[in-house]
Amino acid sequence: MNFKIIRKKDKLYVSLEGELDHHNAGIVRENVDIEIKSGKVRELIFDFSELSFMDSSGIGIIMGRYKLMQACGGKVVIMGATDYIQKLMRLSGLENIIEIRKAI
Amino acid sequence: MKDKMKLEFPAKSAYESFARVTVAAFISKLDPTIVEINEIKTAVSEAVTNSVIHGYEGEDGIIYIECELKGNNAKIVIADKGKGIENVQQAMTPLFTTNPDGERSGMGFTVMETFMDNVEVKSLPGIGTKITMYKTIGTIGEGAEGE
Repeated sequence: MNFKIIRKKDKLYVSLEGELDHHNAGIVRENVDIEIKSGKVRELIFDFSELSFMDSSGIGIIMGRYKLMQACGGKVVIMGATDYIQKLMRLSGLENIIEIRKAI
Repeated sequence: MKDKMKLEFPAKSAYESFARVTVAAFISKLDPTIVEINEIKTAVSEAVTNSVIHGYEGEDGIIYIECELKGNNAKIVIADKGKGIENVQQAMTPLFTTNPDGERSGMGFTVMETFMDNVEVKSLPGIGTKITMYKTIGTIGEGAEGE
């Protein structure tokens, strides 16, 4: 899996490519959290348009980041998730608390 | 001869991808849709991740997978000889997690039950856990959503 993190002012863009599972969740989490903890991020945007696979480890990442962002008054947005990943997010109730956009 | 295969591999997170891709490749004989493949890969990933994190708690161990095809039915058994689950019913409750810092979603069993037709969990503390999952391939159901 590859990922790219870009910060533009108070927006943090996290683009994930390939397969997100328990094995590679840790490295994504660590890198995103460094940016969030800098205190300058108000909007965390996950771009899932190149993400071909995700399991509940991805749900864990989103939930954890949602809590961090909520604590500092920010929000989380998910973009470009496939139908199957959207189904996963529906299952866990994430779609009720997080803004889900179709594509960039 | 039966359409059957067995896998044994170390309970390390690096093998989660190997496990789901191998099972999906074996089941591809039944000509599943991309949605069905993704659902099977996800369910396998959840079960294997459970064995790595909870069964063996990051220690050395072996994960066993057996997969059998009959007609368009796939049966997948994922087992470990780890510490077992004391309360299976509680473990299967949506959002239940033993991980207090919130990095595990507690959705593993819910995902397996949603994406597979039937999921049976047998576990004995100190002996291990065996998850048996069934899925019929090629049915037009809720799993077969269009793009």
